[in-house]
Amino acid sequence: MKIVKLPKENLGQFITHLGTFGEIDAPVRRGDESFAFAPVKDLSEIALDCTRTILPLKKYFFKPIEIMFDFSAKSGYEVPAEETDQRLIVFGAHPCDIHGLKILDIVLGGRYPDSYYFVRRNQAVIVGLDCVPDEYCFCRSTGTDFVDSGFDLFLSDIDGAYLVRVGTSLGDDIVMAAHSLFREVEKGDREAYKAKSIRRRESFQTEIQLQDLPEIMDLEYENELWQEVGEKCLGCGTCSMVCPTCYCYAVFDELNLDASSGQRKRRWDSCLFTDYALVAGGHNFRAGRASRVKNRYFHKQRGFVSQYGRPSCVGCGRCKAYCPAGVDILEVVQKLRSETRA
Amino acid sequence: MPDHQSHPECQNAYQPHPARIIRTLPQISDHQLFQIRLDDEEMVKRFSYRPGQFVMLSVVGTGEAPFSISSSPTRPGIIELCVRRIGHVTNALFKLPPNARIGVRGPYGNGFPIEKLEGNHLLLVAGGLGMAPLRSLLWYALDNRSKFKDVTLMYGGRNPDEMLFKYELLNLIGRADVNCLLTVDRDPSERWKARLGPVTKLFDDLEIDATQTYAAICGPEVMFKFVLEKLLERNFSKDRILMSLERNMQCGVGKCGHCMIGYKYTCLDGPIFTYWDAINLPEMI
Repeated sequence: MKIVKLPKENLGQFITHLGTFGEIDAPVRRGDESFAFAPVKDLSEIALDCTRTILPLKKYFFKPIEIMFDFSAKSGYEVPAEETDQRLIVFGAHPCDIHGLKILDIVLGGRYPDSYYFVRRNQAVIVGLDCVPDEYCFCRSTGTDFVDSGFDLFLSDIDGAYLVRVGTSLGDDIVMAAHSLFREVEKGDREAYKAKSIRRRESFQTEIQLQDLPEIMDLEYENELWQEVGEKCLGCGTCSMVCPTCYCYAVFDELNLDASSGQRKRRWDSCLFTDYALVAGGHNFRAGRASRVKNRYFHKQRGFVSQYGRPSCVGCGRCKAYCPAGVDILEVVQKLRSETRA
Repeated sequence: MPDHQSHPECQNAYQPHPARIIRTLPQISDHQLFQIRLDDEEMVKRFSYRPGQFVMLSVVGTGEAPFSISSSPTRPGIIELCVRRIGHVTNALFKLPPNARIGVRGPYGNGFPIEKLEGNHLLLVAGGLGMAPLRSLLWYALDNRSKFKDVTLMYGGRNPDEMLFKYELLNLIGRADVNCLLTVDRDPSERWKARLGPVTKLFDDLEIDATQTYAAICGPEVMFKFVLEKLLERNFSKDRILMSLERNMQCGVGKCGHCMIGYKYTCLDGPIFTYWDAINLPEMI
């Protein structure tokens, strides 16, 4: 992989240069401890020290709510035109964010690709940035603390400069078009990178053992822990909304006032909502909250492994950080494990 | 190159295709058989499916819902859906005028594993609306009669007025190439010529070689339980018991998540599952 060096004093110019390729969206500070990906014009607006944004990157490609079709009795179902053809440049995507997108690529691709997602996804530039884990991060346990693909450029902080990995041809074009901002990587930079990488690995405060979790979840399917978590959970769905790999959605039709035309829309859904598994006629396949909580954990940590060979969790810590009831995925997994061993 | 770039600018997987309801055949109360034809003749020709698959049907202005196909692919041209009026989409569907425009996409789901079934005896066991998907398999087998050994249908209803496809199925009783066993729990009219009693009672004098038979079951949950007991008593392998399942489906193509059971999508991996699948998938039945 091509790797170049960007001295930190050139970062501002680099951001301005990026802006010539499209709209830059990067983490900006929203409150004392909250950040969001939002449009920025220059470096001063970007929160480089952001550990996690509240919403993950899925919001750009798989929108919280969107029109799938305009419909009318006369012309049937028509896909609305994209509102913009401007390229989106995401700056500051962390490794877990990028892994989250790679998982969505798998799920929303396959035999029936989701065109709404891929039209936007194929237009975007992803510029990654490494990060320092906080007490919620467990991406080391999920194997998502590093990325080797899924970005156009990836910046790693080596104190005075960034090492920039070039992941795509487009990424290379961006670098070449501003080549005067970049330097060659020298021996000292390589040593600095390796030292930094070790320090980062050592700074994780949380670890969970996930390798044999699918088997343990099967063993502990009837564990009363699920009842306990179900009683604690408010069923608000926050964990699904903030999860980089939750992709469930609900489809509904909205009629215009003329009563003959309207829009078919979809919006983010959560398997924790009461009506998630409800069918016409009133039967609810998961009427109890405990069964819905259990289903969420099973899908992420057990089912996804069967389907795709890895859990769909990327260890970003959002579900734990933003759960209003304090449901903690790490605690749930630890309890499952320790009771298994007792 | 990132993985996502290997996807071409794909056609829209959720696009409903224009179709018309060309005939509506009343069945029993709140149930109708809708005959549907896609508008585009090329699409009509290309629309091939397996028994057990389903389509997503849109009623303009109301919404979209999944329906299993009741017709057989051996009789192409029209798609038949046997529908119970029970939710907001079906309510709107029942109110549509003749020749109304609707949207259809599909077929979706795995359908019955026809290649595996061929060369075997077939035992179809249906209760209530469960006849809808099994009718497709029944006619497929009868239209490809030489590919199958004995074909047996067991279908139970509460009373003669609640039997779907009643006259069509009664007409099969005289046929030599199918063993059609129809039963009702009660017959207030006293004109019912077929059998009385629960569908499980039909097993009493059934001779069947479980090692050479595939059983396909569809019906209410309580029926599944009792029929499974009967089949297991007869030493059916759990792989030879096939079931068609119902779940909330909003996309039909393995994206929206609602039909997930354990770790299978009913819409992609199902709706036909073996009993072995069911044992391994928590909360399936």
